[in-house]
Amino acid sequence: MKPKHNWADDQMRVEGIIGTLLRTGVLVAAAIVLAGGVLYLAGHPTARPSYHQFNSEPAEFRSVMGIFRDAIALHSLGLIQLGILFLIATPISRVAFTVFAFAEERDWMYVSITLVVLALLLYSVFARH
Amino acid sequence: MNVAEFSALVFLAALVAGFLGALTGLGGGVVIVPVLSLLFGVDMRYAIGASLIAVIATSSGSAAAYVKDGYSNIRVGMFLEIATVLGALSGALVAVHISLSVLAIVFGVVLLYSAYISARKQPEFPATESPDRIATLLKLGGTFPTPQGLRSYNVQGVPAGFSLMFGAGILSGLLGIGSGAVKVIAMDRAMHLPFKVSTTTSNFMIGVTAAASAGIYLSRGYIDPILTMPVMLGVLTGALAGTKVLTKVRVGPLRILFGIVVAFLALEMMYNGFTGRF
Repeated sequence: MKPKHNWADDQMRVEGIIGTLLRTGVLVAAAIVLAGGVLYLAGHPTARPSYHQFNSEPAEFRSVMGIFRDAIALHSLGLIQLGILFLIATPISRVAFTVFAFAEERDWMYVSITLVVLALLLYSVFARH
Repeated sequence: MNVAEFSALVFLAALVAGFLGALTGLGGGVVIVPVLSLLFGVDMRYAIGASLIAVIATSSGSAAAYVKDGYSNIRVGMFLEIATVLGALSGALVAVHISLSVLAIVFGVVLLYSAYISARKQPEFPATESPDRIATLLKLGGTFPTPQGLRSYNVQGVPAGFSLMFGAGILSGLLGIGSGAVKVIAMDRAMHLPFKVSTTTSNFMIGVTAAASAGIYLSRGYIDPILTMPVMLGVLTGALAGTKVLTKVRVGPLRILFGIVVAFLALEMMYNGFTGRF
């Protein structure tokens, strides 16, 4: 027979992994945004930004695929958007990881609850609004 | 002003916002929209987009620190995230149909309320009440560390807490803020969670809530890379520094000062909303 699971130990381990996941995600996102920002400022030192008027961003900055295409081509603004996308993905991957953590505990009710949250988040990021 | 000067000034403003937000517990995100729109003349839609990203960054950054302390309750957080995420999606989807003046007035009211809540002392509820039926069904009770060892607590008022969380989500999606004040109210007042548990769990949830609306704002073209870059980096750096010195400084006077600044920004947002300047 399997030894009885120590639930508190599991909880601590899961929380440790979640903490590392969140910290790494934020730092990687910030590094990508910083790289894109430096690249942009170096290439356009005299540009004059104007945000008084709202004009929606170009389509390439508005979809996951568009951002990836731009970032791979090393366009500075595409890189910044990629970092932002990475940041948005950080709490989402935390939710995805929690699905596995609950599944390991065989807590199917919370696996379902977490899957609902995950589905709503993926809808938000991938659907066109 | 060229783009380098503009980015530097926005970075500094975001740095201060993040620092004070972390020290006072109000969160830096709540002042980003008024600072960008009132001081820098940025259209509120771009400001809301940038603010949401700053909220995700600070919440995830500080949640990483808190989650290891064993205060946050993952079950409570995940269950209530259904409500906040649904609320955030609804808020972000209806935001485009609401005039900027109305948004500014709502923003002012929420800002005033957050300042008031954070200035008040929080009552502690006895943690030994018997749980309600839904809380038992959902296994929401938990434990948290105290100097005397682990203390367990039960959870009350699940339907009321869930509804309040839906409201917190709507505000977050509408205004691009974390709605931490409303989340803490829901868990603290309605569900009687210990204060430390509700604040850390709220922090834990804010990033997920903001990510839900951020997806919609991104595809609507509200998130501008050049503007968001200094906002995100500034708030993040400020918040990290704020958390570092939190235990070493007396926050009382700072809290009052930040409260006054927030109240002033709130009134200005409302004034501009009523006079139709957005």
